[in-house]
Amino acid sequence: MMPQSPAEVRTTYARAIVQLSSVDKRNRWRVRLEERLVRSFLFLCAVLGVVTTFAIVFILTRESLTFFKHVSLREFLTGTVWAPTFAEKSYGVLPLVTGTLLTTLIAMAVSGPVGLLTAVYLSEYASPRVRRVLKPTLEVLAGIPTVVYGYFALTFLTPLLQRFIPALEGFNALSAGIVMGIMILPTVASLSEDALYAVPNSLRHASLALGATRFQTVWGVVVPAAMSGISAAFLLGISRAVGETMIVAIAAGQQPNFTFNPLRAIETMTAYIVRITMGDTPHGSVEYQTIFAVGLLLFLITLGLNLASEFIRQRYKGARL
Amino acid sequence: MKRRIFQWAVALATASILVSCGKQETTPSQPQTTSATTELSGTIRVDGSSTVLPISEAVAEEFQKQHPKVQVPVGKSGTGGGFKKFANGEVDIIGASRPIRESEDALCRQNGIEYIEIPVAYDAMAVVVNPQNTWCDYLTVAELKKIWEPAAEGKIKSWSQVRPGFPDEPLVLFGAGTDSGTFDYFTAAIVGKEKASRRDYNPSEDDDILVQGVSRTKGALGYFGLAYYENNRDKLKLLGIDNGKGPVKPSRETVINGTYQPLSRPLFIYVNTKSLERPEVEAFVKFYIQNAGKLAEEVGYIALPDKVYELALQRVEKRITGSVFGAKGSQVGVKLEELYQIKEPTK
Amino acid sequence: MIRVESRPEWRMREYRREQLFQLVGALIVLFALTTLVVLLTTVLLDGYARLLDIKFFTNFPSRRAEEAGIKAALVGSAYLLLLTAAIAIPIGVGAAIYLEEFAKRNWFTRLVEINITNLAGVPSVIYGLLGLQVFVRTLHMDRSLLAGACTMALLALPVIITAAREGLRTVPNSLRYGSLALGATKWQTVRYTVLPVAMPSILTGVILALSRVIGETAPLLVIGAVVYIGTLPDSLFAPFTVLPVQIYNWTTRPQHAFQENAAAGIIVLLLLLLTINATAIYLRNRYQKRLPL
Repeated sequence: MMPQSPAEVRTTYARAIVQLSSVDKRNRWRVRLEERLVRSFLFLCAVLGVVTTFAIVFILTRESLTFFKHVSLREFLTGTVWAPTFAEKSYGVLPLVTGTLLTTLIAMAVSGPVGLLTAVYLSEYASPRVRRVLKPTLEVLAGIPTVVYGYFALTFLTPLLQRFIPALEGFNALSAGIVMGIMILPTVASLSEDALYAVPNSLRHASLALGATRFQTVWGVVVPAAMSGISAAFLLGISRAVGETMIVAIAAGQQPNFTFNPLRAIETMTAYIVRITMGDTPHGSVEYQTIFAVGLLLFLITLGLNLASEFIRQRYKGARL
Repeated sequence: MKRRIFQWAVALATASILVSCGKQETTPSQPQTTSATTELSGTIRVDGSSTVLPISEAVAEEFQKQHPKVQVPVGKSGTGGGFKKFANGEVDIIGASRPIRESEDALCRQNGIEYIEIPVAYDAMAVVVNPQNTWCDYLTVAELKKIWEPAAEGKIKSWSQVRPGFPDEPLVLFGAGTDSGTFDYFTAAIVGKEKASRRDYNPSEDDDILVQGVSRTKGALGYFGLAYYENNRDKLKLLGIDNGKGPVKPSRETVINGTYQPLSRPLFIYVNTKSLERPEVEAFVKFYIQNAGKLAEEVGYIALPDKVYELALQRVEKRITGSVFGAKGSQVGVKLEELYQIKEPTK
Repeated sequence: MIRVESRPEWRMREYRREQLFQLVGALIVLFALTTLVVLLTTVLLDGYARLLDIKFFTNFPSRRAEEAGIKAALVGSAYLLLLTAAIAIPIGVGAAIYLEEFAKRNWFTRLVEINITNLAGVPSVIYGLLGLQVFVRTLHMDRSLLAGACTMALLALPVIITAAREGLRTVPNSLRYGSLALGATKWQTVRYTVLPVAMPSILTGVILALSRVIGETAPLLVIGAVVYIGTLPDSLFAPFTVLPVQIYNWTTRPQHAFQENAAAGIIVLLLLLLTINATAIYLRNRYQKRLPL
């Protein structure tokens, strides 16, 4: 269906003209009505996103209020011990935040460079046949249930790494982070590749015609031109890492340590939420309401990340063609 | 264009009819099956603790073989999540790895929901070490307390601190996740206060992960459900527990005769009395009590004495509501026969 | 950024750099592939035996590992996916069309856009909490297929919108101008010119976005998908279970035979994903051509 030659473009127009000519003058008001109706329907669809956000914020805030009646905001945000389910309770959320940041950083350190290089390789270097085989294979990686990745990190990667790093604990942020990086690699690679592939050939040809090498063309022309798509891919990768639950719950331990040491056991915000929602803590108690406070904080963190990246993306907009 | 709008309207109408039909389909089970002689049908919603889940699953499976028209979906929301749904009237039966708590009891009362508490099986906790651990065969309750109490945090780090004569091997601890009924019970039984535990251990909700941890660390000590030990005998070493009468290892016999103390606990189901008026629910609950022992053993738990099941059946028939634990959470070393006996009203 | 050099030694260096880069690229792709192979081999070795047993596909779950099957989970996953698609695709594509073709560049549009990017990053657990409060409790859908599909639709929407927008962007403006110049209204342009051209790439993106729904566990556990069920869902309001929930449930069982079931379940899940992705990729390869510009 994609028009490729001028002839096919003409066919597309011809089809449109046939459709349009069925609309005579008497029908014009109907056309206008339809235009209005469709427009409002589409508008509603777009607004649903805003509604969802407000619903999330509303529910999380309403439920966290119970929590913040018992625990001051200051204690929550600055405390370094997270132990709501112990006899001696403590509600400092920082260990969960550092746990989330740590695993995300490790995951992005793996999937960022590897993902971009893979994308560049697939889009600019690999032969069409290799690309046709490799890309779907890579996308399979994205589909493996995260539970499987979790056990892979725990029973395969951790013992392997322990041979080289004896200080590595049985549950640790490092192998969870690396495996998480592998999990989001396809997302980053595939979306970056789409962006690179969408850069029109005319740009490549122009660059090559000026005498640039392929390497120079790729890094000097194609990658900058695709930057908005690539940053979107990275963003989605970070969001996936921040939101990933099962891998960290299984392989990183469930021990909220206030540390940036990747060799130690940690707990992330998401892992904590899932643990409590499925656990035996009575609902409605302060211990239980912590998940909404943590959820709200998590939501605000992702919001902050996205606003920042939106700002960065605006600067690259000029490069989009 | 008119036709297209018409099509949309038809589609919408169809959709809404479908939706409303679907809605009706979920309710008719209550009034229609009035006589017990007709074939039972309807949906019985079961949810709750992941510990009780395997038993409920097995019972549902067997029950559905006899009553194929009854649907028994079983969910897994944890004991806390289960009680929340139970108190909202969203489910008929929940499994619980600990007795109901005061706040949950209050919520039920507030929503006008009455319940019958039924013990279904024993779950024993195994204390295990790595097979390479040659120095330790048993621990006393006092030693366990020394290891696990909050004051031990950051201090008891080597086996040599546990008992004189143990080697200076680093002590690495694995245990139940901190929001689980297992954790509540273990802390209550060993430290003497629910949820009082050191924090620097490796917790996990998933016992399989704990097995992995203990089996890979020489100085490891861990506790989890006995079923996980029995399925991983080659990777773990089971310890006896000395409660003042010499070391006892957990087994079917020691749990039932009450010598494996304090680390065996009962598991429960709670039934909404309003749901119990539905014949399919009543049949299911009775079936559950009659088969719980056999099926619990099949999935790795230990059956209660027959006497307790009999008492439980009587409670269902006489509709005796409330918890014998007074909604106070985990209690240690209870004799179920006595508890359920005493509460029998003297009519 | 682009240096054009004619001196031969520089050319040589550029050439070597090229070669080196190609090698690094190939190695890195190999790294990803090796991981995949190692992972799949472990899973296959664990689970292949169960796959040869037809009962594994035709039985409901059971306490006996060798009798347990994935019938309910497989059918549940399929229903959930279709229902989610039926809800999410019209809304998602609609929103994308609005944002790409109709919306004016003003603060409100920006708000909607930022919202959608942000929602794509909201952890799936939070959608679970939302679904539990809104669909299960407030709208009284209970723990039904419909409640699950609505929750999953919300989860998939941002990704679908983004994918559909990318698809719409591949349509060159010249086509739009052409249509508008012929006197078509905006909607007519979209309907008769833009959508037919963009449809393949929209579909590809949307299908890939939906494939995420199939592997998702956490939100369904939160809203309370059941883990044991002995019947197939017969209405929108029936309780249901899905493959990942069933797999997760099996992995937490102490008996090792259940681990084999879990591995076999994973293989089935992967095959399902592969089929879906293959459809998407078939569409993409068939229609993705660089545009004449």
